[in-house]
Amino acid sequence: MSASTSESAPPLAPPMGLIAEMTHRCPLRCPYCSNPVALDRAGDELDTDTWLRVLDEAAALGVLQMHFTGGEPLARRDLPLLVRRAADAQLYTNIITSGVTLDERMMARLIEAGIDHIQLSFQDVEAANADRIGGLAGAHGRKLAAAQRIREAGLPLTANFVIHRQNIARVPAMLELAEALGASRSEIAHVQYYGWGLRNRDALLPSRAELDATTATVEAARARLKGRMVIDYVVPDYYAARPKACMSGWAQRFIHISPTGRALPCHAAESLPGFTFVSVRDVPLADIWRADPAFLRFRGTAWMPEPCQSCDRREIDWGGCRCQAFALTGDAARTDPACALSPDHAVMAAAVAARGEAPPDFVYRQFSAADPVG
Amino acid sequence: MSGALDEAGVPRFCRGIKFRHDAVRGAWVVLGPERAFLPDAPAVEVLRLIDGARSLGGIIDDLAARFDAPRAVIAEDVGVMLRDLSDKGAVTL
Repeated sequence: MSASTSESAPPLAPPMGLIAEMTHRCPLRCPYCSNPVALDRAGDELDTDTWLRVLDEAAALGVLQMHFTGGEPLARRDLPLLVRRAADAQLYTNIITSGVTLDERMMARLIEAGIDHIQLSFQDVEAANADRIGGLAGAHGRKLAAAQRIREAGLPLTANFVIHRQNIARVPAMLELAEALGASRSEIAHVQYYGWGLRNRDALLPSRAELDATTATVEAARARLKGRMVIDYVVPDYYAARPKACMSGWAQRFIHISPTGRALPCHAAESLPGFTFVSVRDVPLADIWRADPAFLRFRGTAWMPEPCQSCDRREIDWGGCRCQAFALTGDAARTDPACALSPDHAVMAAAVAARGEAPPDFVYRQFSAADPVG
Repeated sequence: MSGALDEAGVPRFCRGIKFRHDAVRGAWVVLGPERAFLPDAPAVEVLRLIDGARSLGGIIDDLAARFDAPRAVIAEDVGVMLRDLSDKGAVTL
């Protein structure tokens, strides 16, 4: 938006948002889930009182927006209570949900608690394919009902579509569905290839031609729907010349808290070796934000190698994504290979070349075989 | 910009958009779905007058009475700013 003075906030500005990944339990099994490959079990989740304290600490620290996510955040029975505490502290409250368990009663409780906005995910517009991708029969129909419930409650709705080679042809229909549902905002978000998404990359990565067609579709829809529906578009790094500003820079704007309470600069940070992430059970949020070594490690620009260090975009993209750098080069401190200036950039083209004509079967998100589902 | 805005219209924040003062930053903030920004001082003056009752013309009158600038100049600046926020889904005009 315009009139912004917050885009290049100094490192010790307060965090703008707190992302509460409340649980890894979820009725869906999407093969691109952003949760880590090693999922937290239900019995290890933070308790209600700790979350209430963390919400108070977040408000005092200057957090403005609370994103309740998961897994499926509605799997936590205390969600309305936590929303109410956040709303009482004047935090903007957002729930990111699959919607399949959002019934009338829960909707009423969330409205009463002061929820500001709900983001609802869709896997496709074609029900059978949507249910196949999410790994749950009947899910798509329940999502449509949830969307109607959200709108009938008078709440603004974001329709989120994660797109990939197995649904990308229907992006025009996705935007039509979002409009028909009365969404004030939609997200057309290409899969990001970490964790489960990386594991399923060949089954998900679209072609260059599919990406370009989708980009054109989104740009046309943005012009047509200006003032009625905001469309946020997230592209895949594999065809990019410059990396994305992952998390708007490491530990610059967001704090992410895992189900067990570990404070992270991003949701995938636990995939990085050599880090110890402290728990909000043990350390006040303000201390973590200001001084935790994991938060300081890649904050700002001092850590950057060349070609980032002397790049005039270093405070635009902040060196890209640390987790992608590690996943694709084995070194989290290297330039994100999504950048054409990275010495490792060829790995992106190699991945594109390696995707077959037909997508392989999905490896669905699941708790590890040794663990019973929590 | 295509045409002047209707000064009889009443600007409102869209559903899901909140405008409030943040004591931690000592600054006004606009909050919405996956959106948060700190408006600059002139924008704050305009946004503080959006109360769901005051018309656009009334907002311009108020600013013209308080700031030393011709009304037409203020009307132009306010129009550009609010149209931008409208395009981005933050206000309705």
